Amino acid sequence: MSTANTRRIVIEPLTRVEGHGKVTILLDENNRVEQARLHIVEFRGFERFIQGRPFWELPVLVQRLCGICPVSHHLCAAKAIDGIVGAEKLTPTGEKMRRLMHYGQIYQSHALHFFHLASPDLLFGFDAPVEKRNVIGVIAEHPDLAVQGVMMRKFGQEIIKATAGKKVHGTGAIPGGINKNLSIEERDPLLEDMDKMLEWSRSAVKIAKDYTLENLDQVASFGSFDSNHLSIVRQDGAMDLYDGNLRAIDATGEPIIDQVDPLDYLDVIAEEVRPWSYMKFPFLKSVGPEEGWYRVGPLARINTCDFIDTPEAEAAREDFLSLTDGKPSNVTMAYHWARMIEALHAAEKIQQLLHDADLQGDDLVADFGERREEYVAIIEAPRGTLLHHYKVDANDQVTMANLIVSTTCNNEPMNRTVREIASDYISGVPEITEGLLNNIEVGIRAYDPCLSCATHALGQMPLEVTLMDHRGGLLDRLARPE
Amino acid sequence: MTPSGTLILGWGNPGRLDDGLGPAFVEILQTLDLPGVEVDSDYQLQIEDAAEVASFQRVVFVDADRTGAEPFWLRRLDASPSGARAASFTTHSVSPSAILTMSRELFDAEPEGWLLGIRGYEFSDFGEGLSDRARRNLRQAVEFVSSALRTGNFQSAEPTVDSRADSPRL
Repeated sequence: MSTANTRRIVIEPLTRVEGHGKVTILLDENNRVEQARLHIVEFRGFERFIQGRPFWELPVLVQRLCGICPVSHHLCAAKAIDGIVGAEKLTPTGEKMRRLMHYGQIYQSHALHFFHLASPDLLFGFDAPVEKRNVIGVIAEHPDLAVQGVMMRKFGQEIIKATAGKKVHGTGAIPGGINKNLSIEERDPLLEDMDKMLEWSRSAVKIAKDYTLENLDQVASFGSFDSNHLSIVRQDGAMDLYDGNLRAIDATGEPIIDQVDPLDYLDVIAEEVRPWSYMKFPFLKSVGPEEGWYRVGPLARINTCDFIDTPEAEAAREDFLSLTDGKPSNVTMAYHWARMIEALHAAEKIQQLLHDADLQGDDLVADFGERREEYVAIIEAPRGTLLHHYKVDANDQVTMANLIVSTTCNNEPMNRTVREIASDYISGVPEITEGLLNNIEVGIRAYDPCLSCATHALGQMPLEVTLMDHRGGLLDRLARPE
Repeated sequence: MTPSGTLILGWGNPGRLDDGLGPAFVEILQTLDLPGVEVDSDYQLQIEDAAEVASFQRVVFVDADRTGAEPFWLRRLDASPSGARAASFTTHSVSPSAILTMSRELFDAEPEGWLLGIRGYEFSDFGEGLSDRARRNLRQAVEFVSSALRTGNFQSAEPTVDSRADSPRL
């Protein structure tokens, strides 16, 4: 709430696709940044949407949550349902098909973000005109990169299509397994493209690394701050994007929690409700709500894991951490470099799996065991840790759902990033300039947040920036044409 | 490869009521099995669609429209950089004109582009199924477009549509 001595700046991006997020910057009487908040429309009503539905429908239903990462929700729900039906261990074909689907999702999502969302910021500079700082600008000046982005994304989408089926009605993962294997006819065209995908992934790591090192003075402090980091890791500490136990470390790398079974997440994570946002704010219980917030996503995962089990990505991880003497990186813009290391990892994993004969197996679904009424699953979605928690009744109907999505986890870190950037930029001048808006966009975009929980029909508003005084009066407005 | 045929590319989220008009249109068109017509749908348009549309002579983008004319409208689309500011803020979706622009710039292809907007009414809640009014609009849109595709006279269907930006009503 603003007071007589504070002024409120509202940056309200209403994109036609992703619903809306809104940035509010609260200034004190000296026009210095007192507080920054990113408001994100959350998926209110989703629990009601699925309550009463048969649990076996969940892997398809939850895809409706998000048009950007339906595969992540699809697989996370499927893992939870595995637990409900007592399918303790999937068949090799079932698990590897799901993993292939997941790595395809990671690969295409990271490629899309880097080449077509982030690269304009990096190639043209944060303050470049918005007319240029977009994918069309990249096409004009770096058409080779634009083509790479398209073809990498397309490759990942083809993997998803081969494993999950239709894009809108993906049904690949079912309770206890998968509904199809990968035929040789489906596999071979993917293998033909594999070397090129690996080559482009290596190139992308180099672009991200070179950018970071060449601009270290600007990048190191841009929207950065010390933070905790959280992800799942494999039992031996390896990065595992599909399955594992929770690990959280502090900004220096000291462990906070380790190898916590997803079923016990409520012992270590709580969600705080704040009056100004529909989003919840997850935090580590042992640290508390004030300091227990954490980052998730590529940067967090590179920081939390002990190693990556594919050789090229592991070498890239070691190179990445050498910049901080092996300690976690807390540089917000390093998300981009970390994201490309993960893309390389995903490409290596896809190559391994495409050569694995288990994908042509016929044993698709595991035996069901003891039926449970509650289960929790966690997966590392492209943007970070995703948790699905369900309760079902004796009639197989869903009675409770709790979903913690990665953008929710990164909510507080994004607020801090905005505050850091705004503090550096405004410095006593209470105006919403293009430069401020550009820099806030760049900072938020590093997290690759997903604001897609709204509808996308034609006719919604473009980006708009509004400056209001502490009484809610309009002081300034900055809108960008769509 | 010489581009040929027509691609019907619908997008939207069937879990958000009338937002699913695009995929619903595609589902119906698929059952008609029209010669030379392929269909695809997704939650959102994306950059790889630029590669897909490049192999077609014509592409019809189909989306729900929350404010436009009833029951639907059809507009010719051009590839134009001004209409192709594909990425703003965190948007992970691309506009139809951006798809056409990318197809032209990256793949040297210029499919004839059309945008079909079907008026919907219910978007704010989660839920499956279209509203009654949206369903009626969908039927009329299917009838109009399938007739044009059957006769192969798609181009000449345009004069029946008032394509002025301020009144695109049929």
